[in-house]
Amino acid sequence: MSKVTKEQVLRSSGVNVLKCMRCGKCSATCPSYDEMEYHPHQFVYMVEKGDLEPLLNSDSIYKCLSCYACVERCPRGVEPAKVVEGIRNAVLRQSGMNHIKAENIPEMLDEDLPQQAIVSAFRKYKR
Amino acid sequence: MQRIGVFVCWCGSNIAATVDVEAVSEALKSEPGVVFSTNYQYMCSEAGQNMIKDAIKEHNLTGVVICSCSPRMHEATFRKTVQGAGLNPYMVEIANIREQCSWIHKDKQTGTEKAIILGKAAIAKVHLNAPLTAGESPVVKRALVIGGGIAGIQTALDIAEAGFDVDIVETKPTIGGKMTQIDKTFPTLDCAACILTPKMVDCAQNEKIHIYSYSEVTAVKGFVGNFTVSIKKKARYVDTTKCTGCGVCTEKCPVKNVPNEFNLGMNNRRAIYIPFAQAVPKVATIDADYCNMLKNGKCGVCSKVCTAGAIDYKQQDEIIEERYGAIVAATGFNPIKLDNFDEFAYSQSKDVITSLEFERLTNAAGPTSGQLLRPSDGKHPHTIVFVQCVGSRDTSGCGKPYCSKICCMYTAKHAMLTREKYPDTDVYVFYIDVRTPGKNFDEFYRRAVEDYNVHYIKGMVGKVAPRADGTLDVQASDLISNEQLHISADLVVLAAAIEPDKSARPLATMLTASMDTNDFFTEAHAKLRPVESPTAGVFLSGTCQGPKDIPETVSQASAAAAKVIGLLCKDKLTCNPCVAHSDEMLCNGCSSCEKVCPYGAITYSDKEFRMPDRTTAIRRVAAVNEAVCQGCGACTVACPSGAMDLKGFSNKQIMAEVDAICK
Repeated sequence: MSKVTKEQVLRSSGVNVLKCMRCGKCSATCPSYDEMEYHPHQFVYMVEKGDLEPLLNSDSIYKCLSCYACVERCPRGVEPAKVVEGIRNAVLRQSGMNHIKAENIPEMLDEDLPQQAIVSAFRKYKR
Repeated sequence: MQRIGVFVCWCGSNIAATVDVEAVSEALKSEPGVVFSTNYQYMCSEAGQNMIKDAIKEHNLTGVVICSCSPRMHEATFRKTVQGAGLNPYMVEIANIREQCSWIHKDKQTGTEKAIILGKAAIAKVHLNAPLTAGESPVVKRALVIGGGIAGIQTALDIAEAGFDVDIVETKPTIGGKMTQIDKTFPTLDCAACILTPKMVDCAQNEKIHIYSYSEVTAVKGFVGNFTVSIKKKARYVDTTKCTGCGVCTEKCPVKNVPNEFNLGMNNRRAIYIPFAQAVPKVATIDADYCNMLKNGKCGVCSKVCTAGAIDYKQQDEIIEERYGAIVAATGFNPIKLDNFDEFAYSQSKDVITSLEFERLTNAAGPTSGQLLRPSDGKHPHTIVFVQCVGSRDTSGCGKPYCSKICCMYTAKHAMLTREKYPDTDVYVFYIDVRTPGKNFDEFYRRAVEDYNVHYIKGMVGKVAPRADGTLDVQASDLISNEQLHISADLVVLAAAIEPDKSARPLATMLTASMDTNDFFTEAHAKLRPVESPTAGVFLSGTCQGPKDIPETVSQASAAAAKVIGLLCKDKLTCNPCVAHSDEMLCNGCSSCEKVCPYGAITYSDKEFRMPDRTTAIRRVAAVNEAVCQGCGACTVACPSGAMDLKGFSNKQIMAEVDAICK
C-alpha cells in the first residue's frame, strides 16, 4: 500500500480539521461509538496530527454508519463523518487497485442505478 | 502659493521597515510649493513635534503635510502642534503611509512608491486648504439612560451623584432587569435581590433621577450635547400617581392563567400584576392581551376593589419629547431561544431547563418557593446534568460564535449550591473548557470540584432522550477516559448562550451608533475608548456592548457615567468646522440634500435675489445649520447642481488628490 498522506485525506474530505475546538459533541452523539476502536473526535484529531496509520488499519472506518449525526451537531461545522469517509476512501482506492476508468462507465449504466451513484463512485475510485 | 513643509515619520520600524522614508522625503521635496522636507523616527514625540514647530517658524510655512499613521490616531496631535506655532490647525494634512501602506505591503519598493503617491496627494490637497474656525454649541445638562437593569441603574446613580438630571427609560413595568431574576451572585454568593433592590430604591428616591418605566424610545434627533428624544409611555391602564402598590387588584383579578414572565412562564400571574414584591415603581400594570375588561368590556373587578381609584381603562399610549446632552445605551441581554438545539429535548421535556429557569427554581420568590423540584412532577431531582456552551462558541449557524463568558461561573455556582443544599444529589457538569478568569473565580470553580464533589467531565452532551419512567437519558462523551456515557438524569440544565436584547438593533439605527455582526454595540476603540460609541454623545453600559458578568457590568456602568459627567460638565462643545455649506447661486431648490441629511441640518427658505437685469427674483435655496451638521458629506454627493460642498473636504480638494494620484 503506498503511503496515504494527510493532505490527500484533507483534500478528498474537504474538511478543515483546524476548526475543531475539541468539545467531543461528535463522539457524544455517535450511535456507533461502542463499535468503534477510534471515535469521531479521534479521527479529527489524529488526522490533524498526521497520525493516519492506526486509522487506515482500523475496522472503525467500516463501523461509521455515515448517519451524519456528528456533522449535524458539530458546533464548529467540522464534519467528522467526512473525515472518516476520507480515510475509508483512501483505503478503498488502494485495495486491489480496482480503479474506475472513464471508458468503463457506459457499461455500468443501468436504468435502476441512480446516475449519481456512478458519478459518486467515479469521483471516489478514479485513479 | 502655499509654502508647504513635509514631515515623514518612521514610526520606529512600523513604517521605516517597508517604506524607504529617506527616499519619500527626498522625492516630495521637489513637489510644487514644498519648501522643506524631512524625516524623523517618531514625529509624534515631543522632539518630532518641536521639529515641526521650528520648521514652521524658520521656513514661514503656511501648510504642513505629515506622512505617518492614520489621521484617526494623531491628526488631533499634529493640529495642536501647528496651532502652537501659530498656524491654523486645519492647514495640516495627514498622508496615511502606515495603515494604508507599510502595514499592508511586504515589498519595500512598492511600499515606497505608494508612500510617495500618498504624500503627493496630501500636498495637492493642502494647496487648496483654507483656515477654518470651529464654532460652539451648548450642552443640555441632562442625560438619558436607555435600559433599567443593573447597568442602567448604576450609570444613572453615578450621573445623579455628580448633580446632573438623568432619566431612565425601561420597557418593562419595573427597573431591575435580569439581576432581579437571579438568586445568588458569584463568587461571593450574596443574594442578588439583597444587593440590587437598595439600588433600585435609591433610583426611585433620588430627586435627580426620573424613571420612565413601561416606556420605549421611539425617535432620536440632534447631536452630541443636544439630543431630542421621543419617549413612548405605554398605556398601563393604571394611574401611577394614584396607585399605592397595595396589590389587592392583583389578588382579585379573575384572569389567573397568564404565563408569568418574571418566572419565565413556570407559573401564572393575573391580568393585572406587579412583577415582583420589590418592583420599582411599585405600581400595577394591566396586561391588555389578557384583561377581560379591555378585550370585551366585561369585568371591571380591579376598578371596583381599588380604593385609590387608580384604574383607568381609557388610558392611551403617550409620547413625550425631552432634550438630553448625552445618551447611554444599557439595553442588556437575553438567553437565546433553543429552537435550533432539538438534541437536548428542551421542547420535549419539562425537566430540561435553562440556567435562568434554574435560578427561578432555586429562588425563594420563585414558582417553587426556592425548593429545587422537577417541573414535571414536583419531586426532588437526584441526578442533575449541567450542559455548558449550549449555543455559545458555535460557528455552525445554530448558535453564537462568541463565548457567553458568564456560564462557566454561574454553572459552578448552581452545581455548588445544589450540592450544599441537597447533598444526596449527584451533579455532573459537561464542559469544553472551564473559563474562569477573574478575581476569586478559579478558586470558586475549584471549590465546586474539591469541596463539593461536583463531577466535572471534559466532553459534551450529544443527545438527551426522555424515557417512559420520567428520567432523561443523557448521552455524552468523556474525552479524558475516551468513552461514551449514558447518564440517567432527573433534571438537565442548559447553559444557553446570551444575545443582545432585540431592541438594541432598532435603537442603534435611531442613535446612528454602530454595531457588530452579533448586534453588540461597537465601542469607539476596543482598548482605549471602551465605554463610548463612535457616535459622539452616545455611551455604552453593560451587556449591550458584549457579554459580561455583574462586577464587570457595574465597572463599565460607572465608567460610562464618568464619561457622561465629563461631557455634561462642559457649558459648550467645540464643533467640527468641517461642515457642509451651500452656494446659493448654484442651488436649484430641489431638496435632495434635505432628504439625505441624517441630522436634519438642512433647511430651505425663500430668498430674494437680484438678477443681472436689475430685476429681483424669489428663489428657494438650502441653508446648513452648522451646529447640527456633522460633516458626513451625504448632501455633497446628493446635490445635482454642485451647490453643496464640505469645508476641509471640498470637491476641488478631493479632485486635486485624485489628480495627484493618477499623474
